[in-house]
Amino acid sequence: MAFDSLRSLWTKPLLVNQLPSGPYYGILAEFTTPADLYHACERVRDAGFTRWDAHTPFPVHGLEGAMGLRRSPLPWIILVSGLTGAALGFGLQWWVHSSAYPLVISGKPLLAWPAYIPITFELGVLFAALGAVLGMLGLNRLPMHHHPLFQSKLFERVTDDAFFISIESWDPRFDASATGKLLKSLGARNVELLES
Amino acid sequence: MAQTEAELLDNPVSGNPTLILRSPDFHSITEAVAGPVERPAPIGWWLYFLPALALLGLLGVAVSWLFWEGIGIWGLNVPVGWAWDITNFVFWVGIGHAGTLISAILFLFRQKWRTSINRAAEAMTIFAVMCALLFPGIHVGRVWVAYWMFPLPNQMSMWPNFRSPLLWDVFAVSVYGTVSVLFWYVGLIPDLGTMRDRATTRARKYAYGFFALGWRGSVRQWQHYETAYLVLAALATPLVLSVHSVVSMDFAVSVLPGWHTTIFPPYFVAGAIFSGFAMVVTLMVICRTAFRLEHIITLKHFDYMAKIMLVTGTMVGFAYATEFFTSWYSGNPYEGFTFMNRARGPYAWAYWTMISCNVISPQIFWFKKARTSIPILFALSIVINIGMWFERFVIIVTSLHRDFLPSAWGYFTPTVWDVSCLLGSFGLFFTMFCLFVRFLPMVATAEVKTVLPQADPHGHAGAKREISDHRAAFPARGGPAPEGAS
Repeated sequence: MAFDSLRSLWTKPLLVNQLPSGPYYGILAEFTTPADLYHACERVRDAGFTRWDAHTPFPVHGLEGAMGLRRSPLPWIILVSGLTGAALGFGLQWWVHSSAYPLVISGKPLLAWPAYIPITFELGVLFAALGAVLGMLGLNRLPMHHHPLFQSKLFERVTDDAFFISIESWDPRFDASATGKLLKSLGARNVELLES
Repeated sequence: MAQTEAELLDNPVSGNPTLILRSPDFHSITEAVAGPVERPAPIGWWLYFLPALALLGLLGVAVSWLFWEGIGIWGLNVPVGWAWDITNFVFWVGIGHAGTLISAILFLFRQKWRTSINRAAEAMTIFAVMCALLFPGIHVGRVWVAYWMFPLPNQMSMWPNFRSPLLWDVFAVSVYGTVSVLFWYVGLIPDLGTMRDRATTRARKYAYGFFALGWRGSVRQWQHYETAYLVLAALATPLVLSVHSVVSMDFAVSVLPGWHTTIFPPYFVAGAIFSGFAMVVTLMVICRTAFRLEHIITLKHFDYMAKIMLVTGTMVGFAYATEFFTSWYSGNPYEGFTFMNRARGPYAWAYWTMISCNVISPQIFWFKKARTSIPILFALSIVINIGMWFERFVIIVTSLHRDFLPSAWGYFTPTVWDVSCLLGSFGLFFTMFCLFVRFLPMVATAEVKTVLPQADPHGHAGAKREISDHRAAFPARGGPAPEGAS
């Protein structure tokens, strides 16, 4: 279900690398175009792999479908944090003017709720934005400055113009030679075995 | 087979292939954007940076003297208690709004042309908000108690008044600044990864690598990333509208003729977008020439921006007319006097400067020749910003200087310190912008790559027409093209 990755936020420690434990991290295959990558992803998905990923310099649309990914649960995190911010904002103003420092100014009531709306809104937006950014980083397990993929010289072009599929060695269907051949047959330009 | 700029303008349909000239491949975009950051600074950069730094020094002197001596060094006094300080504040907040409009609102409307300019426009927003926050901070007189603006528990058990628009303003502008930084940084992460992976020196690799957070461009990451970006855009859109509305309520909630009008929130927002786009045009004209990005920031982008300036400038003109009509139609003698005094009183010169710069001059953008002429755009962008500064001056000073009692009337004249603070804030703005273009990729390369035709892995039904247009334009490249073809 859509909440799996949300639940993983507390079932798996946040800043700990989720990496295979064997001698090899996995296989990295380089593709030339988004179209090649797209079709290769469909085939890898259909072959039943689960612990794998694709890497692109920019978001390629439809690729999450070709990989069979579920929707991001991030909007729920944002909704909850935004509502929390708005409630805190309203609560702060209410508490200050009704309890902590009750002062009648220009004959306005102590709970002058229409006047509290702007700050309620602003704090709701602030918390929602922080929830969006921190939630995105948490779900993506970032920051993570070290990763086996960074050993590859080829992988330096992932932020420029190259497209990759990486299949991790702890995938039940992983087999160093057969998986490499599969990726080669899907049109990979280069295939590399990476140590962990 | 590269398209010429003229062909591009003749085919303004939303066809992706026409947004970027010279039909480049992915790598050439990386090269065009990251290259200038990696090479030593050109002499032209120093020609902008050093004067900007000098003006920033002037700001330092002016603000230090202000702290030492008090706000008496400025020309403001009863009845004009707010003058250039708040004029500058509203001016700078307004400048920022175009950045958010480009990055958030145009994103939600799927306006793909924004990708070439959104990064620089967002940076502009952040620096403009910094300049804006400076003025309310220093105008309070006793800066060492400026923290009283925030709801912090203190030994006096005192709390700020949340029913005051001035406090709404503190929250609105601070939240706006924070969210703008978050939005900008999230957009930067993939490009910081690019800078990290291209780095040739250790220092650069670690510096960019630290802020790139270990970005791997993985589709599982992109999925959360794009969701976050979309929601941030959806949050920034009502936020930007709320910010200038709240700024306008600093005036509109008071009972002063000339300020107490319900038209202020939409009128201020339109004016903010108007002046902000003018500033984007000023900066983009300079940057695209200085960094040779004419094929990424094309005349088509300027054509669009000129149209937005024409629309918002005319909306602002309509608001000026509505204000006048309402002051007459209300039958209130004080309202009527304030507006006649604006147009015919001692500040008539400022009023008519505002009208000529903001309402009359942008009408030239009805003509395509003007919308696609870089010299005209550049000149007009500066004229418009002069006009928009005068708009805030007119609203603030002409409403204050003639009070209800003629015995209390006055005339505001700026001092050398007023001028220094204004020039100095430009120094702060341009220093920050120069540092930004020097050290960070000023175009969102990951986003620009998505508007190239070969970025689409397949022809969707909706994209079929674009694809066939594209095939007609590039017969050698059916569908997703091999890299390097041109």
